Amino acid sequence: MIHNKTMIDQRPAPKSTIGPMAWLRGNLFNGPVNTLFTLVGLYVLYLLVVPTVQWAIIDANWVGTTREDCTREGACWVFVKARFTQFIYGLYPRSELWRANIVFVGFFALIAWLAIPRLPLKRWVAVFALVVFPVIAYVLLHGGHFGLPRVPTHRWGGLMLTLLLASVGMIGALPIGIVLALGRRSSMPIVKSFSVVFIEFWRGVPLITVLFMASVMLPLFLPSDLSVDRLIRALIGITLFQSAYMAEVIRGGLQAIPRGQDEAAAALGMTYWKRMGLIVMPQALKMMIPGIVNTFISLFKDTTLVMIIGLFDLLGIVQAALSDSRWLGFSLEGYVFAAFVFWIFCFSMSRYSQYLERRLNTGHKR
Amino acid sequence: MSEAALKPQDSMVEMRGVNKWYGDFHVLRDIDLDVKRGERIVICGPSGSGKSTMIRCINHLEEHQQGEIVVGGVPLTQDVKRIEQVRRSVGMVFQHFNLFPHLSVLENCCIAPMWVQKKSRREAEAQAMQYLERVRIAEQAKKYPGQLSGGQQQRVAIARSLCMHPDVMLFDEPTSALDPEMIKEVLDVMVELAEEGMTMLCVTHEMGFAKTVADRVIFMDQGQIIEENAPEPFFNDPQSERTQLFLSQILGH
Repeated sequence: MIHNKTMIDQRPAPKSTIGPMAWLRGNLFNGPVNTLFTLVGLYVLYLLVVPTVQWAIIDANWVGTTREDCTREGACWVFVKARFTQFIYGLYPRSELWRANIVFVGFFALIAWLAIPRLPLKRWVAVFALVVFPVIAYVLLHGGHFGLPRVPTHRWGGLMLTLLLASVGMIGALPIGIVLALGRRSSMPIVKSFSVVFIEFWRGVPLITVLFMASVMLPLFLPSDLSVDRLIRALIGITLFQSAYMAEVIRGGLQAIPRGQDEAAAALGMTYWKRMGLIVMPQALKMMIPGIVNTFISLFKDTTLVMIIGLFDLLGIVQAALSDSRWLGFSLEGYVFAAFVFWIFCFSMSRYSQYLERRLNTGHKR
Repeated sequence: MSEAALKPQDSMVEMRGVNKWYGDFHVLRDIDLDVKRGERIVICGPSGSGKSTMIRCINHLEEHQQGEIVVGGVPLTQDVKRIEQVRRSVGMVFQHFNLFPHLSVLENCCIAPMWVQKKSRREAEAQAMQYLERVRIAEQAKKYPGQLSGGQQQRVAIARSLCMHPDVMLFDEPTSALDPEMIKEVLDVMVELAEEGMTMLCVTHEMGFAKTVADRVIFMDQGQIIEENAPEPFFNDPQSERTQLFLSQILGH
């Protein structure tokens, strides 16, 4: 068989379809129009990136303590450095910062523990984070017990306040939203109409109005000897406002679960709450992750509105620092810093949600 | 409700004068049905005749507006506790399986015993494996429903119901959503179940199954029970014209 056969002439190697050159050819220079767009795109990118890097890094001033140290043309990060403590803790007394630091460390450690799937004891850590930690954080931050000097809430501020508002808002809005969403789907007329009215009311007013009402109008209705802390009022306002949005996101997810799931669970003798808690909600929540995270991100950014009722969150404290006569003219640096911090948090949430979606996706259609 | 209290000749399911409407549409008209313990009933009829609605009334997935339904001695009323009590003793298998896609096959079979009957995980899992073995799918226990074929999913659904030790099993067109080559594996399991003496009500168009296992075949049309008979006279000598027409249509080709 093998005899009497001639070798085929050698042919040139096929065009490479892997490697960076092939990728460039396939994706960026694939035909004249594509090439044109690539070149225009690169040029626009060049116009944007080069001056930005020049300003923010290469020509920037990094060392020093006063504005006189900012001699170079670029950004004056000395301003942010000098005010950094204030940006993070607000007007929290310098001698008591260790208390805020403990809370910060605890906060991020708990989040990390809950976010990393490999770590054990999730349930107990979650209970600790939701029940015990808030009490510890409050006692530490507010003081007045155990010989800790009292730090009234109007001195809390900066990133600390932003994180406090956002995390309380998120943790509060999710369960209230779930209850409202279930209520809106309920067949009981009173529960249903209460949920509908509540959701439509809070969705119908702007958050600014809610905060104004909470800080200006509410005290007028309350007896004069009963004063509720301004921060608490803002927290309640934000939580109720966001829970209405959360309820609609969750309702959307619930509608996507086929009726047969609830029926199958019912046919096995499960009560309403077991059906919801074990069968319907776990499936719905999985589908709702993008919507929930979207709401969380917008909540996180909306906390900046507390500025108008005199609370100094990260953006508020940056803005206050800008009007300091010793540092006039550095508003760009201040805003870029605030934007960067907000971006880090929002981007992390977004990435984590994508990771979570991939992890929870068992990939199986029902 | 305990098994000892029920003698073989007791009625498992009694329906008397049951009527149901969807708005103006009269779905069930004066249904009277008495199913004894261990009896195997096959219900057939054209689509929209109310046969699914009828068996769904037995575990109150549908609510009847008139008449009386008593399951294992417990009358079905609005009372949620009673409804749940009845559902614990009535297993149901659906046309579209309705397995829980976020749980593995094993978890599907354990979740109700653990949360409704308060069994320990170990006990529930041991029992689940035993039933999965019986429907010949134990080797797939760790998989998720989406990874199984339709026939396999339906067998898991049967095992899931059996894990609650039901006194009655309801089958709502269990093979209608299956590819032809998978129908047999599901019917085989159902035949075995019937041979073990399970009380069964089965809505199906599988007339072969009806001939093999049914004690009685019921023909429904327009919300009424038109004819009710043992399989042999039912198929060989149908009394009503509508039954004759229906049988000629489904057996004719």
